[in-house]
Amino acid sequence: MVAPVTSPSFKANASQALANAQLQSVLSGMREGFAARRREAAGQLPEFEALRDSARDIKHHTLAHLDLYLERYVDTVTASGGQVHFARDAAEARAIITSLCQSLDAKTVTKGKSMIAEEIGLNDHLEQAGIVPVETDLGEYIIQLRHEMPSHIIGPALHLSAKQIEADFRRVHTDLPRDRDLSQPATLLAEARQVLRQRFLAADVGITGANFLIAETGTSVIVTNEGNGDLTQTLPKAHIVLASIEKVVPTLEDCAQLLRVLARSATGQEISVYTTFSTGPRRPDDVDGPGAYHVVLLDNGRSAMLGTSFRDVLSCIRCGACMNHCPIYESIGGHAYGWVYPGPIGAVLTPSLIGVDKAAHLPNASTFCGRCEEVCPVRIPLPKLMRHWREREFERHLTPAATRSGLAFWAFFAKRPRLYRLVTRAAMGMLAYAGRARGRFRRLPFAGGWTEYRDLPAPEGATFQARWRGERGGRA
Amino acid sequence: MPKTSGPRVGLFVTCLVDLMRPSVGFAAVKLLEQAGCRVEVPSQTCCGQPAYNSGDRANARSIAEQMIRTFSGFDYVVAPSGSCAGMIRVHYPELFADDPNWLPKARALAAKTWELTSFLVDVLGVTTVNAEYQGIATYHDACSGLRELGISTQPRRLLASVKGLELVEMTDADTCCGFGGTFAVKYGQISNAIVAQKTRRAVETGASMLLAGDLGCLMNMAGKLSREGHAIAVRHVAEVLAGTTEAPPIGAPKPAEHRS
Ligand code: SF4
Repeated sequence: MVAPVTSPSFKANASQALANAQLQSVLSGMREGFAARRREAAGQLPEFEALRDSARDIKHHTLAHLDLYLERYVDTVTASGGQVHFARDAAEARAIITSLCQSLDAKTVTKGKSMIAEEIGLNDHLEQAGIVPVETDLGEYIIQLRHEMPSHIIGPALHLSAKQIEADFRRVHTDLPRDRDLSQPATLLAEARQVLRQRFLAADVGITGANFLIAETGTSVIVTNEGNGDLTQTLPKAHIVLASIEKVVPTLEDCAQLLRVLARSATGQEISVYTTFSTGPRRPDDVDGPGAYHVVLLDNGRSAMLGTSFRDVLSCIRCGACMNHCPIYESIGGHAYGWVYPGPIGAVLTPSLIGVDKAAHLPNASTFCGRCEEVCPVRIPLPKLMRHWREREFERHLTPAATRSGLAFWAFFAKRPRLYRLVTRAAMGMLAYAGRARGRFRRLPFAGGWTEYRDLPAPEGATFQARWRGERGGRA
Repeated sequence: MPKTSGPRVGLFVTCLVDLMRPSVGFAAVKLLEQAGCRVEVPSQTCCGQPAYNSGDRANARSIAEQMIRTFSGFDYVVAPSGSCAGMIRVHYPELFADDPNWLPKARALAAKTWELTSFLVDVLGVTTVNAEYQGIATYHDACSGLRELGISTQPRRLLASVKGLELVEMTDADTCCGFGGTFAVKYGQISNAIVAQKTRRAVETGASMLLAGDLGCLMNMAGKLSREGHAIAVRHVAEVLAGTTEAPPIGAPKPAEHRS
């Protein structure tokens, strides 16, 4: 079991999202913000496009030699006193983490933001084992209170308004004065900090994700804007890093290169407020740090992607730019995608992780406008990968029957130019005649998906090829 | 009048223009002939994009092979569509990437295929057109043309030479209109939400005419504008550049005397 999946009902999810006025108002607020900030940040750095090339090359190189860099990473982590655990799938990762927690007699674990923890449904599992997980990233904390999935990979609670968050805080923080002022984002943040501070001190284990794992030094790197990650990993007895295998990069230098494109692409910052490097457990003369340092490396289908056309998906550095520039995401938000990873990256990654049969809609729900690829810092050809998934679906007959038969019907004529001209000439003549008074159709039986929302312009009449041959001669 | 010298151009009119709006094809012919090209229209259907984007590689390939056979003899192939020209230029070589027999032919066709406005400006060096339109127009950058072929300045440059035409840019001119081929029907509700943003931006400009270089996007935006009750005329950019605006705008009724 992984996090619950509603991707098969993508259309219904999207429909609900479009009807949700609150969500729509949050989304329209987001629409310009992210894109403008990225544009500005990129514009201020003349070498930004060259840095993207270099970021892509670092990722390609690493993925081509992933086994080698993983070995090196295990060696360097071990040398610094840490321990690496490989988990083949979600169940193994959960079992490893639970038994680590149990061996430390942990009652409470604090957590930094981790998409992999969402992917393996870690919180529910810890709770079942009697361990209380406390999210310390503000967004994650909020969605944990609401028992929701993140709606965005860098802003888990971006789908919520300040009003909704205030209501959740009042519902849950019942020991605080009822007449307190929570009308400002800053007061919400202060309250979350106050509540979380006690939890940090009580935690036995801290679990974080990783933005990068550095093979050269055995270091895990996280970037945050709240500093919660630092407290999560230094205060408790043990620090567990949960990351997927493709987070490895060869050197510190490579990591620095990737950091230069990450924050700019994500939020338009030059660099995130906190960039934290952790190497091994506390050494005898360190002033602080965890007593034990574990890394759980999750595969969950990723190594199987390496030799395939989907390898590039593993280049992703989870900046969120693709969803921030996606007209579909902007219209329906993240939850409609029905699983952990929304937007264009979700459309290409989710089918690998939960099966293309369940995620069939995601790579289809794209106009191929290409904006995601245009902004992706590591230049993942997202539309092309979505098309690859459509090809897989077509081969496996997962494409809806009506679409298949429609395509077959159309292709039959498209492959026979002469027949095509005869048939279309007749058909367009009829359509034009039917639509002559208004110039458009408000309702057409075979085009309901279109005419429910907009008119269908009527054809002019004779086809171009018929008119051309009439005017200029040649075979008809 | 057709010339006897000048490059021999095969017009790939595209299936949508062929079926829905022949005026765009004739406008393209006029612009090309004015620029000194000899234009021919070989018997044709479609570039295969609907199959390709639906994951039906086999049909996409056989349609592409047919296109290559039809058009390989011309000096240039020109289409009044960034999307269809992009299919040939960018995606045909991908489609035949594993086929050493067809790949060189696909590449050769790709190399000489152009979208209309970029062909006029980038290849033929056309900088002005002989046309007139009195009023404010706004231009939508259709996605494939913009991102696959870099078409952005070329149509604007030509529009700047249309007498009387004032171009007012809409906010987010370069974001998607929500058409996306079969997407518009398969995910009609989402497509509708996206096109509603686009029409809002177009209306904001106060323009009397909305232009773009791709008929699919134009039909989508025209259909939404008319459903919303806006009277903005929607036309393919080639019609205005060629000065052939006799046909009623896309989705508008024909004048009564022309109905037959
Ligand atoms: S696919 Fe590219 S743009 Fe999207 S999250 Fe990953 S790195 Fe960022």
